[in-house]
Amino acid sequence: MPVDPSFVGRVYPSDEPYAVTRAEIAAFAEAVGATHPAHTDPDAARALGHADVVAPPTWAVVVGQRSEAAYVDDPAAGIDFSRVVHAEEKFAYARPIVAGDVLVTTLHVDGVVERAGLAMVTTRVEVADEAGAPVATVTSMLAVRP
Amino acid sequence: MTPAELVVGQEVARGTLRVDRARLVRYANASGDQNPIHQDESAALAVGLPGVIAHGMWTMGAAVQVVVDWVGDPGLVVGYSTRFTRPVPVPADGEATPEVVATVGAVNADEGTARIDLDVTLDGSKVLGKAQVVVRV
Repeated sequence: MPVDPSFVGRVYPSDEPYAVTRAEIAAFAEAVGATHPAHTDPDAARALGHADVVAPPTWAVVVGQRSEAAYVDDPAAGIDFSRVVHAEEKFAYARPIVAGDVLVTTLHVDGVVERAGLAMVTTRVEVADEAGAPVATVTSMLAVRP
Repeated sequence: MTPAELVVGQEVARGTLRVDRARLVRYANASGDQNPIHQDESAALAVGLPGVIAHGMWTMGAAVQVVVDWVGDPGLVVGYSTRFTRPVPVPADGEATPEVVATVGAVNADEGTARIDLDVTLDGSKVLGKAQVVVRV
């Protein structure tokens, strides 16, 4: 089944807030080779003015992909994950993400367009704190083979 | 560091990334991306890949570290984007070692930011396209 373009414009609110922990920041940092002490040492992070340890610059993909699942895993959307290649990713931060943050995400389906026989699917996840203040925007483009 | 100290085209950092399959398993667990093509040879071969490949998001996440070390605070990274142009195959034994070179792409003195362009290559071929990091300086 091809990717259904009628999903463009849909908005999916977060199912539940996501609490960021020191342990998951440390594990992510280790996996990507992020050795800066601000990822693992609360004192080093505070010395730089942060409330707690800081997530690496691509950590927001964790809440981003969790949010995207509501759309890409919906069979009606027509996205067969065995035919998907990640084409582009973009992060924009209003402020750094730190341990102790409780994040709320809203997923927007921004585009389904055909390019060179592939369906290019663009999603945008707006990440905010519990009060609604913006934290980050995660934009992702998937290329889906027919 | 101030914007005035930066010159477009100036190299600010470089480094070598190191990734083996055990690291990909740790990244899968830390990121939640359990696509088997990043862990299982047969799953990768079944979709036409030459073997297990790194998560594109692993490469993106690892490549920015030279910039974080250069600016001295991960909180100074306010933007980061890339295209995934070529997979990074990771051998069953040993490791893949992509190279990263970071240069100043643009300076915005009014906003106090700089765009750092990353050239990320494996065996001389680009694996990330238009990889750009925006940092406060």
